[in-house]
Amino acid sequence: MVLIGTPNPESSELVAMTLTEGDPTWAGALAGVRLGLPVFHITEERVKALVPAGVYDSQVGLAELALDTEAIAEAVQQIRARVHASD
Amino acid sequence: MELKGKKVIAIGERDGVPGPAIARCATEAGAEVVMEMTHCFV
Repeated sequence: MVLIGTPNPESSELVAMTLTEGDPTWAGALAGVRLGLPVFHITEERVKALVPAGVYDSQVGLAELALDTEAIAEAVQQIRARVHASD
Repeated sequence: MELKGKKVIAIGERDGVPGPAIARCATEAGAEVVMEMTHCFV
């Protein structure tokens, strides 16, 4: 699986799409390449719950405060749901 | 969902969460990090 640390919903969606359906901008080597990898953002609650709290706080805590984690999670979840639905 | 025993690719970003931080979290959760990078678009 892929864990990403993108800073906003737009970049999260772009990376998630590239790793699942292929590069949506058709600009890179992954254009049209359907990798279908499961992509999660490191700040998603279901990922956070798997990491020891002390480690998570020291590694991600500060960034988590600055990011719109809810919107990022929603963007990545939408891509996962779409890919899963089309399989 | 489970991270233990999974192979993980950690793709960080300078303005978000860097690759090494993601990799550390994944490792501590029992995953094997097979690739780690940090993108910078500046």
